[in-house]
Amino acid sequence: MVMSLNHYLILGAVLFTIGIFGIFLNRRNVIIIMMSIELILLAVNINFVAFSRFTGNIDGQIITFFVLAVAAAEAAIGLAILVAFFRNRATIDVEEIDSMKG
Amino acid sequence: MMVAEFVFYLFAALTVLSALGVVGSRNPVHSVLSLVLAFFSTAGLFVLMGAEFLAAILVMVYMGAVAILFLFVVMMLDVDFAQLRRERVRYLPLGLAVGVVMLVELGLMLGHHHLVEPPVAAVAVDNTLAIGQALFTRYIYPFEVASLILLVALVGAVALTHRERKRLHRQEISQQLARTREDAVELRKVASGEGA
Repeated sequence: MVMSLNHYLILGAVLFTIGIFGIFLNRRNVIIIMMSIELILLAVNINFVAFSRFTGNIDGQIITFFVLAVAAAEAAIGLAILVAFFRNRATIDVEEIDSMKG
Repeated sequence: MMVAEFVFYLFAALTVLSALGVVGSRNPVHSVLSLVLAFFSTAGLFVLMGAEFLAAILVMVYMGAVAILFLFVVMMLDVDFAQLRRERVRYLPLGLAVGVVMLVELGLMLGHHHLVEPPVAAVAVDNTLAIGQALFTRYIYPFEVASLILLVALVGAVALTHRERKRLHRQEISQQLARTREDAVELRKVASGEGA
């Protein structure tokens, strides 16, 4: 049996599902939700790199590069917002983040 | 080819197990450490796929910076994690249902395409060279936009978390330089023998 594209796609799908599952499971804890989002982005990156490898096209790796840059920015800003929120309200419970009544 | 398969299954199993550790761990510090392991084993998979540059980026940026940022936030904020974990069992059935549905849907998307892994030499002689050539020619404008996004993130993170501390005695050089003789010195004529 040779390594096929489906190997990597199945791994990406499983990782993506674990990320979604993590968001549902830890619905109150913002930090774990952000880590689940990182897992989802990682799954997407695995798919991009796998397609890049199996089609011989470098563009998938370039997109992965941009995804990594944006994800790093998102983590930094998200954690900064979290720290600012925790200073004001002394909690990171998602249920409590409703000051804007959205 | 047997070695590649063995390495794939090893790293894939590590990735999935550590991802489960991220979402299921009781202690958030363990979650962060599992996240580091997930990033590391994904970097191994990237090396297996011939994407050495991205593997190095993943190890340096993600394990070195992002995961440590999470670790700092988890350890510095005095969060009552036990209270946040309280109703987790209640969310479990819905999460499992959504997860299974999503996995089935993603499984249906898998086609029977016949892309066979090309030999390593046929893809690119030098992965970093190939990425650099694409990044600085066709993708130069997205590259610049990415740098702007990172700059905004940098400034925004500092602006969001910076706190002006009020009762702190420190040197204000601009105020010192803006002092003039008129508002600093007052000359009074005091009659001799009457000064208090």
